[in-house]
Amino acid sequence: MSGFQAVSDSVDLMEQKEDGSEQYLTFLLADEEYGVEILRVQEIKGWDRVTHIPNSPHYLCGVLNLRGAIVPLVDLRLRFGMPALAYTPTTVVIVLKVDGITPRKVAIVVDAVSDVHNVLPEDVKPAPDFGLSFNTDFITGLVSIDDSMMMILNIDSLLSIEALG
Amino acid sequence: MSIDISQFQDVFFEESFEGLDTMESGLLSLDVGVADVDAIDTIFRAAHSIKGGAGTFGFMDVSTFTHVIETMLDDMRNGEREVSVESTNLLLDTVDVLREMLTAVQQKVETDDDRIADIRQQLEVMMASDVELQAVALANDKQESERKAEKSNAGWLIDFRPHRHLFQTGNDPVRMFGELASLGDLSIALDDDELPPFSDLEPEDSYLKWILTLRGDIAESDVIEIFAWVDDDCELVIIPLCSTEPVKPSVMVEKIAAILDSEDTMSETEQAEIADAMASTLAPEEIASTIVAQATKVKSIPVTAAAASIRVGTDKVDSLVDMVGELVIIQSMLSQIGEKFTLEMLPRLNDGLAQLERNTREMQEGIMRIRMLPISFAFNRFPRFVHDMTDKMGKKVALKLTGEQTELDKTVLEKIGAPLVHLVRNALDHGLETPAVRVAAGKDETGTLQLKAFHQGGSIVIEVHDDGAGLNEDKILKKAIEKGLMNEGDVLSPEKIDELIFLPSFTTVDTVTDVSGRGVGMDVVRKNISSLGGTVEVFSKRGEGSVFTIRLPLTLSIMDGQTIRVADENYIIPLIAIIETVEIKAIDIKRVSGQGKLYKLGDEYVPIIRLYSVFNLTPKITELEEGLLVIVEGEGQKAGLFIDDLLGQQHVVIKSLETNYRKVIGVSGATILGDGSVALILDVAGLMALYRDPSLAKMKLNNDRAA
Repeated sequence: MSGFQAVSDSVDLMEQKEDGSEQYLTFLLADEEYGVEILRVQEIKGWDRVTHIPNSPHYLCGVLNLRGAIVPLVDLRLRFGMPALAYTPTTVVIVLKVDGITPRKVAIVVDAVSDVHNVLPEDVKPAPDFGLSFNTDFITGLVSIDDSMMMILNIDSLLSIEALG
Repeated sequence: MSIDISQFQDVFFEESFEGLDTMESGLLSLDVGVADVDAIDTIFRAAHSIKGGAGTFGFMDVSTFTHVIETMLDDMRNGEREVSVESTNLLLDTVDVLREMLTAVQQKVETDDDRIADIRQQLEVMMASDVELQAVALANDKQESERKAEKSNAGWLIDFRPHRHLFQTGNDPVRMFGELASLGDLSIALDDDELPPFSDLEPEDSYLKWILTLRGDIAESDVIEIFAWVDDDCELVIIPLCSTEPVKPSVMVEKIAAILDSEDTMSETEQAEIADAMASTLAPEEIASTIVAQATKVKSIPVTAAAASIRVGTDKVDSLVDMVGELVIIQSMLSQIGEKFTLEMLPRLNDGLAQLERNTREMQEGIMRIRMLPISFAFNRFPRFVHDMTDKMGKKVALKLTGEQTELDKTVLEKIGAPLVHLVRNALDHGLETPAVRVAAGKDETGTLQLKAFHQGGSIVIEVHDDGAGLNEDKILKKAIEKGLMNEGDVLSPEKIDELIFLPSFTTVDTVTDVSGRGVGMDVVRKNISSLGGTVEVFSKRGEGSVFTIRLPLTLSIMDGQTIRVADENYIIPLIAIIETVEIKAIDIKRVSGQGKLYKLGDEYVPIIRLYSVFNLTPKITELEEGLLVIVEGEGQKAGLFIDDLLGQQHVVIKSLETNYRKVIGVSGATILGDGSVALILDVAGLMALYRDPSLAKMKLNNDRAA
């Protein structure tokens, strides 16, 4: 029965996609839910050892070997000033495709991958302005899903070269 | 059937530029006064393919311009024109113009029409004046008037009967007719009488014959030249038309009859057949106009941006295919072992892994070989360069190139051009003397400049050798003192003095010339070469000449590295940068104003750079005596890197950090070690900069990226 449910769900997903909605992959960071456009996700993998880059910001864990490509890895908890969490083999790493002067790949460390949601553009509410206390430039908008709230990330600005510097 | 021929344009450009290089080197090898038919033929062939290609793609400017060159070359080949310095130089100029035209067409920009017209006029003047000279020499008025008559003729009637095997020689009448059509108003009459029934038809044979009428004021040589390649494969009769009026078929038939009579090669029935065929031909103008229309259509098709490409010999590709085949076999063998592995299969597994290792290494080498090109690509420009420069400077120099087939990486090859030009220019300007000075010094008045390339160990060596005056050590020393680079009374060995020329803004020439001496010189050469991971040295002997020796790694993507450990991190130092590694003795450590530490190395003092400190790592070893000091050299300066331990040496494949991240000061790239982890490769020059100014680490390198 659950199998049938999953199939009908995915049919549902495809149908909804027709109406102009976009799909977001959501993940958790200290119980907060964040979303990135699913087409920007290259892959999801487990934690692997990284090589530290000298004189880099503390939230840049280092670089990792993604089948021969050298990819920087950013700890989003540290990036957002949240308390650090120890890395274990079950720590989740999401490899994202970032646009800039040249397209790049950047990996992020998150607590857990949560779900895939369809979101209609009109359901996205603008990010609130926290003034100087908190920079929300990298949040494209907020979406309410059932009782919870998802923050859509602008990964191009969050993971730009300048931001990684 | 229509084929989008624009897809072949890139190949055409590539081949044409190669053709131009061939023409250039051919022209330079021509001896004055000797019509070396082989050499001229080579030049002619190159010009001809450019013309043909340009015509096919509808670059009519290029094609007509090349045509003028061909005419001149043809005269030379036939001995009608002397191979003189002027004509060779003019032809070299035309090669330049042609190259500009092709570049302009390739990039779809406007050409410098004035210059083209100028050169073309020069060519035509030269050709015309030669003909006049001939006429004067013969003092034959009749001939003169004949020439005039020929010039103002109405056109040509061409009877073209190819032999059956025409197509096997790779010639295509349609092309030739297209070229004829570009000369003037062309009418074509087809004779298909010999065409057998379809069942008997040999598809590779040519059964057709043509009678062409070409109207317009066209030189006979132009017409003959179009048929130059099929001369031996056809019967060809070309006769002039008398009037400027369009030729009527009846006139044509008479003409043909006349030809046939004179040639006496055909029976009367055949004559009649031709006449019949004439009557039933297509409207010739239509054919000609279609050809032209097609050509213009091609012109309007947009050119896609030229992608960098490498031509690779099929043998290289074949060997790679073989290796991939082997790899697949080993892979399937290993996966079979893996499926039901028992301990008894361990030897087989080890065998398989050993084979895999060998195969991978061979494959890596094979793929690297694809990127390898002979250094002649860099050397080829020099004959022309030396020719032009010596002309300008009034010197006599013989250029010798050796080891042109030595292969090196394409990237290295592209970057070595500029430094080489600089060294050659220096040798011509400063090194080699004028003929008078040379004779006075008891030397042959022609100087020798030798460019030599060869492999030595894992690197490639390029030598620029001249037998000129050599470096003037006194002058260099004087200049160095003048510039405050050293103190008066300092005693330096001649070798050390010669080294001074690599210091920034150093020039011994008092006046800045057009040629060299602007003081941006040898330091840039050294910098460029060291950015390729190479070195440059000079060896000079007063009065006998100097040798500049460039040493380059074979490839930029693989290098030998020394793995080291600092704190918890492993790094790789390029082996080429390491001079030696020493255990630190307390007695050799010197302090400078209580702060910086120097290490006494022989008679030199080198600064000690603590790697953990410039990289802000948490150190494990801080006492100098407990660690090791790696003496490294970067951009001509030495320093000692303080590290915890040396690990192994290995070949590493260089990966860029900038693909997905950015440039990091002190790090030139990264590599992936055998266990899959990433290791950073240190950039010695960057480390020294970081040591001198630690704030560089905080600086963002956005400018670097934008630039």
